[in-house]
Amino acid sequence: MRNVLAVAGKEMRAYFHSPIAYLVMTVYTLLCGYFFYSFTAVYVVQGFRMQAMGGSGAPPMSLNEMVMRPMLEGILTVVLLLLVPLLTMRLYAEEKRSGTIELLLTSPLTDLEIILGKFLGALGLYAILVALTFGYFSMLYVFGTPNAKPLLAYALGFFLFGGALLALGMWFSTFTKNQIIAGSISLAAFLLLYVLDWGTAYSTGKWAQTLSSLALTPHFDNFAKGVIDLGDVIYYLSVIGLGIFFTARSVEALKGRP
Amino acid sequence: MIEVQNLTKRYGPTLAVSDVSFAVQKGEILGFLGPNGAGKTTTMRVITGFLPPTEGKVQVAGFDVVDEPLEAKRRTGYLPETPPVYPDMRVDEYLAFVARIKGLPRREIRQRLDEVTEKCAIGDVRRRQIGKLSRGYRQRVGLAQALIHNPEVLVLDEPTAGLDPKQIIETRELIKNLAGQHTVVLSTHILPEAAKTCQRVVVINEGKVVAVGAPEELTRRLLGYGTVLVTVEGPAAEVLDKIQRVSGVNWVEPRESSDRHVTYEIHSEKGQDVRPELARAVVESQWKLLELKTSGLSLEDIFLKLTTKDLSEEVVSSQ
Repeated sequence: MRNVLAVAGKEMRAYFHSPIAYLVMTVYTLLCGYFFYSFTAVYVVQGFRMQAMGGSGAPPMSLNEMVMRPMLEGILTVVLLLLVPLLTMRLYAEEKRSGTIELLLTSPLTDLEIILGKFLGALGLYAILVALTFGYFSMLYVFGTPNAKPLLAYALGFFLFGGALLALGMWFSTFTKNQIIAGSISLAAFLLLYVLDWGTAYSTGKWAQTLSSLALTPHFDNFAKGVIDLGDVIYYLSVIGLGIFFTARSVEALKGRP
Repeated sequence: MIEVQNLTKRYGPTLAVSDVSFAVQKGEILGFLGPNGAGKTTTMRVITGFLPPTEGKVQVAGFDVVDEPLEAKRRTGYLPETPPVYPDMRVDEYLAFVARIKGLPRREIRQRLDEVTEKCAIGDVRRRQIGKLSRGYRQRVGLAQALIHNPEVLVLDEPTAGLDPKQIIETRELIKNLAGQHTVVLSTHILPEAAKTCQRVVVINEGKVVAVGAPEELTRRLLGYGTVLVTVEGPAAEVLDKIQRVSGVNWVEPRESSDRHVTYEIHSEKGQDVRPELARAVVESQWKLLELKTSGLSLEDIFLKLTTKDLSEEVVSSQ
């Protein structure tokens, strides 16, 4: 366990020694802020309109439904598809390029310890993004009264979704010494997985539904509604497990080559 | 301490190392000599557990590198050809990280860091970012990380590559001082260094071991004769005849000639110095003796002899 933490610590330090972490956090915060502003503005305008029409008969608008959920479900999942590759691309690619992989693989660490350490390190940085998002959400509590109960679902879903992307991205990073290529492969793969869901827009047949259940984003819907569905949890944990498994296999293959 | 038995490593169709066997005793410094692509780095990578062997067995400190990799790696320090350093880390951060992953207990890290920093003379750059260091310093940081957990076995791949002469001497001294306490395997192209630093040498070519032994022993084995070079100005046929009659001369061959003087390579009986006789013979005949010197087989010559295809067979058969 201490080896895992040692590697995780190294990865986190490495993130902050390079501009990438700051770039990702800045871009994320800006986008987050823009959408937060947009949705909140819509909420406020709607509120005025309803008041003007004397709408006491209408159900109260929910900040959860009108701001938090669309932010999470509609926007951030897409944003993460684009930003996570920037975080994961260096995990193995850089080690291969600079030769430091020889240090890791000749030290008394198991491959799994290295993989988990890297995953945790990336997850640690991701946690900062989650915290930033919830920073925005917390502002809603200052000015309004959104429901606090779904917050756990939001957080869990967000972490699981991110974890799945990070695990896959880490796997892709083992393919090459070139970070850019690793990042591009991740991006392409994530977009492909995202697009699998689009089938349902055109048909509700068996195929469309199956593809949709494999896609990453639909499993987040329940979390965004505040519901923790076991099936969704298992889905994301499986993807994380697969990502780690394939990373391990890839590292083994690495040792067969000079 | 290190036992390599019938090691073979294949990358797909390429045979990098073929049936290599040798052993390194505790406290010994063994040199690994060979041209580029001979299989030195591959062998070292198997010893350190980076690559698994295709066939064969490797044991470090009694632990098989395939069956008990963690135990073997704990006792090994490795400096690859390119020091495995993280450019964005500071020297002390980096060494502390390495200490941790090598299994050094937390409380010992600080002290070992100080010790190894002093030993490798990197105290000045302790708090500097590794990416900003010169090659010489980076190499020393690399050596420091190999030493930090005080391993029983050290594997050094070209430890003085890219260093300036002063640094090379310092590193060489450092390595020599490590013998006894540590068992060292180092690979190098710098043959005088192998002769000066190593007690024994393994010569490897095209994946196979070509010779094993102490540098002096190898020289002796290859030299069945002493070699003398003499340059004489005089009538060629007569000179050749006269030289051949000198007692102790086995074999004469003209090497270079320009104008009227010719350089002859003379092989004599081992242990017999034919120079005085030769000089007298030339001068008595009133020819001009321009140059007379012994030509020993340097380690370079041994190296070249052993790694040039046709000659290596000649060597083996002359045993």
